Amino acid sequence: MLLVVLEHDRGTMAEAAREALTFGRALAGRMGVPMHAALIGSEEAALVTEAGAHAAARVHTVVHPVLSDFGPEAWGEVMAAMVPRLAPAAVLAGGSDRGNEVMAQAAARLDAPFVANCLDVDPADWSITRIQWGGSLLEDVTLSADVPLLSCGLHAVAAEAAETPTEPAVEEFEVDLDVALSRTVVRDRVVLSAGVTLSTAPVVVGGGRGVGSAEGFALLEELAELLGGKVGCSRAVTNNGWRPHADQVGQTGTRIAPEIYIASGISGAIQHWVGAMGSKHILAINLDPGANIVQKADWAVIGDLHEVIPAISEEIRSRR
Amino acid sequence: MRICCCVKRVPAPGARINVTPDGQEVDTAHLGFTTSPHEECGVEEAVQLTEAHGGEVTVLTLGPPEAAEQLRYAASVGAHHGVLVPTDGSAWDPQRTARALTSAIETLEEAEGPFDLLIFGNESADSGGFQVGVRVAFALGRPIVGGIKGIEIDGTTVRARRQTDSGFEVYEMPIPAAVGVKEGINLPRYPTMRGRLASKRLEVGELAMEAPRGGQSMRRLHRPADVVSETVILGEGPAAASAVVDVLAELGLL
Repeated sequence: MLLVVLEHDRGTMAEAAREALTFGRALAGRMGVPMHAALIGSEEAALVTEAGAHAAARVHTVVHPVLSDFGPEAWGEVMAAMVPRLAPAAVLAGGSDRGNEVMAQAAARLDAPFVANCLDVDPADWSITRIQWGGSLLEDVTLSADVPLLSCGLHAVAAEAAETPTEPAVEEFEVDLDVALSRTVVRDRVVLSAGVTLSTAPVVVGGGRGVGSAEGFALLEELAELLGGKVGCSRAVTNNGWRPHADQVGQTGTRIAPEIYIASGISGAIQHWVGAMGSKHILAINLDPGANIVQKADWAVIGDLHEVIPAISEEIRSRR
Repeated sequence: MRICCCVKRVPAPGARINVTPDGQEVDTAHLGFTTSPHEECGVEEAVQLTEAHGGEVTVLTLGPPEAAEQLRYAASVGAHHGVLVPTDGSAWDPQRTARALTSAIETLEEAEGPFDLLIFGNESADSGGFQVGVRVAFALGRPIVGGIKGIEIDGTTVRARRQTDSGFEVYEMPIPAAVGVKEGINLPRYPTMRGRLASKRLEVGELAMEAPRGGQSMRRLHRPADVVSETVILGEGPAAASAVVDVLAELGLL
């Protein structure tokens, strides 16, 4: 079987886990094996049901005092213990921070290779195409491993439930964990913004160097608020200190996947593009019709964002 | 405190990354090189921590002889020591890289005492394997958490913050520990004149490390298909606002 790590945060499934289940279902089909899921630190029925919606045949649940919250070492230890005992043909996680981290922890423990951010996997000979440079380049690799450990690139597939859902069998996986592993379990959380976040927003209004100042972002904030979206920015903006780094869209920032990305005053350097390319639609607002982002956008407005954005906000208000 | 920060030399790309005709590496004919961004912030964080708590920063890199440039740059912004684990210039797979770095850190610790903190970049800008720091930390028996955007040292504890969608998570690890940091943890300083002198004076240490290959082998690099978009120009200036809102309405976003 193919074993998929069900990434969740205290019982709420991560989008990366749905992507992994979608990617995993296709991969298991090519391997001719069933798909199982590993549910660590939870027995939440909703998670089992969702695994079933993605056609997982079985869910292996693990509960243990050390697994009271997410911890990369403890989760990695569980996955490393599952490999010899459940004997999966391969193990897959989503390409999120947590997914990659847990697989790296498992791989370190097994002294086995781990191929991160795969786009295409041929199980016949384990030749794999994976992401480099955040997606600007692709790398073909061959993998020589007893049990391939993989993650699929974030947003490489859109999460999609199976045509025929299953009612997965639930099986408890017992594991003896050293309490010392709690040294990397989440201790505390600080919530800065409840509700819509940059990575889940249906609309992202992005600003680049062309915004010109920290104050210039007020126009973008106004438009984002009208559309129930969030403001993002390029690396140049955070390097200038105009916005906090948490707002940065890019290879070293957040990967977004909104219904529409309104990119204003942004040239579209590679660093930024790889964070934005998961967007379903892109509208560019730029003075330069030759800007990279204009070439890659679905729609563009050629003009000064300081005039265009307020006009859009005004038009939205007048239609409501 | 004693901090070891691992960095990687990577090409500094512009709008497009090209590959050599044999598909074996990035065509760097017209590119400069830099320190991978997360790791540049790692060096800055290490320097800030020693400024606050005393101690020294050792910067370690595995790469071609030219990677000494990145060690010198680190010295120019405040790192005290630089050590190169030389390769022949070929890209090492993640397991091999981690094994060599582990041996190098063990050697450095035998000579000068243990490091209190190992700092890695969360992932390299180029190959992005998301694992070298985790493997090294595990081999050395140190706890590690990745995605870190804030570090506080409190006696014998490292408090580390990891950004999430809605805020951040807090981790507390006993020293000695390791972290994988992300850009945004700080804004790296620029070298000063004094820093440039320090960088010239830096004696780059060299540790030759043999390490067996891992199970992942690169066959070739290639560029993804270019995004070809027939961009529809909705208009020029504020007059285009109406057409923009039509698009938003069509997408059901009003």
